[in-house]
Amino acid sequence: MKQPYVKGIIHSNNQISTNIYELKIEIKGIASNVYYGEPGQFYMIRGWGLDPFLSRPISICDVSSDMITFLYEIRGKGTYIISKLKKGDTLELLGPLGNGFNMNLEGNIAIISGGIGIAPMIYLTKKLDANIDFYCGFRNEVYYVEKIKNHVNNVFISTEDGSIGHKGFVTELFIPERYDLVLTCGPIPMMRRVVEICKEKVSVYISMESRMACGVGACLGCTIETISGMKRVCKEGPVFLGEEVVFHD
Amino acid sequence: MINTKVNLCGVELKNPVIAASGTFGFGREYGEYFPLSKLGGICTKGLTLNKKDGNQGIRIYEVTGGLLNSIGLQNPGIDSFIEEELPFMEKQDTVILANVGGSTIDEYIKSIEKLNETNIDIIELNISCPNVKQGGMAFGIKSEIAYKVVSEVKDVCKKPLIVKLSPNAENIVQMAESCKKAGADGLSLVNTFSGMAIDINTRKPVFKNTIAGLSGPCIKPIALRMVYEVSKAVDIPIIGIGGILDYKDAIEFIMAGAHAIQVGSGNFIKPDICLDIIHGIEKFMEDEEIKSIEEIRGIIGRDIIC
Repeated sequence: MKQPYVKGIIHSNNQISTNIYELKIEIKGIASNVYYGEPGQFYMIRGWGLDPFLSRPISICDVSSDMITFLYEIRGKGTYIISKLKKGDTLELLGPLGNGFNMNLEGNIAIISGGIGIAPMIYLTKKLDANIDFYCGFRNEVYYVEKIKNHVNNVFISTEDGSIGHKGFVTELFIPERYDLVLTCGPIPMMRRVVEICKEKVSVYISMESRMACGVGACLGCTIETISGMKRVCKEGPVFLGEEVVFHD
Repeated sequence: MINTKVNLCGVELKNPVIAASGTFGFGREYGEYFPLSKLGGICTKGLTLNKKDGNQGIRIYEVTGGLLNSIGLQNPGIDSFIEEELPFMEKQDTVILANVGGSTIDEYIKSIEKLNETNIDIIELNISCPNVKQGGMAFGIKSEIAYKVVSEVKDVCKKPLIVKLSPNAENIVQMAESCKKAGADGLSLVNTFSGMAIDINTRKPVFKNTIAGLSGPCIKPIALRMVYEVSKAVDIPIIGIGGILDYKDAIEFIMAGAHAIQVGSGNFIKPDICLDIIHGIEKFMEDEEIKSIEEIRGIIGRDIIC
């Protein structure tokens, strides 16, 4: 049997950019050889009673022997409450959930993130044994790139206001022909653009985001359309082959 | 010794706690977190004769004290259910309620004829889904229309027939009486309330269908009142549904007149919440020296008709 929500103790919860926080959690009462999950998987997190009603799906940013790191952006009430928690406070976690990135990858890989889509990339780049170029786009403030740059060959940065790196979108920097595979996480319009650019050139895996209720595949609230039918972001995803996803306007 | 068993339309349940339709799939996912055999029963995701992909756009929207959903009866269809999901459910040693939706009487009848030939225990007729155009809710608003659907379905149905009522019915008591007259063996109430939300930035409804279904603890007092009123008006078994999150909520519904209860949105906040509720009911019965559920069922206003 899988364990329902387990208690986690906050080790640190630091703001690293406007509305962006890095949260480190120790999971109480679990042996150190526990399986914390793969890059691209996520946890349902709650740190309150019944308001907000639902838990918040947050992807794994990094793991160590006794700690899970999450990187999150304040989007609403749930993430706002989490941002106010301090060292020693507790949270409840359900996971790891979903299917992450395929780890049996070789060759030249491009990883493309947009905004908070950078969250799963540190763990991913640490675990992948490949030549990685990292493309990351931000609105204006750049964060977390320092932690990732040692695990990749090249880093390309863009900001929408041009304050750091290329002015514009990160997709404008990227040349698909150079790569054997592309992995991306970020806003849906960005990932859709990545899939378009890569079409018939290179395969893309995308990490989808969707509103979730149960997080375990029962409620069908997070379902997206794919060429092989409706798929649950929380269960079959969140990582999908880009060409399979049907994007809607 | 306490006894949590309940008799629901001739079917014995280990305890009164049933996982509600649409929140529990076919049990596979939650079965990874606790043994499904602990449950009184499982009500399947709403089934239609043919496979349905459900609605596009946002399907879930959180509100204070619950959530709005617009899933749109996404399901594999009756045949796939029987072939691929039912064998799994049959192994779980719990009562199986098949929730059946439809957009025409003919569709309901065809689905039920197929389910008649299976080992499912009870049919829960969904005449109340708010999220599908002609998705059953039209049948669940007016008592005369519900009467027609239920009586035609009853003619072919070989299983105990429980009709799931919409709280959006014009008059819930009249609706219950019509369903009983049409041959319903039991009633379950309530389905979700019609609700909506607006994105003020885009100036558009959050949901493509504009209207969605509201569930969660925010609906509990209204659902409880409806169960209370209906249980005083009809003498067939009732399953109480609406924002049940703990044993206290469950006991309230039982005291209002419910034979059993269903847990829906609660599953989303804790995968094994049904277990907590079952244990809570047991403990309450022990502490209060209640020997059977029947002792407390419908004890509120037994002689008063409001």
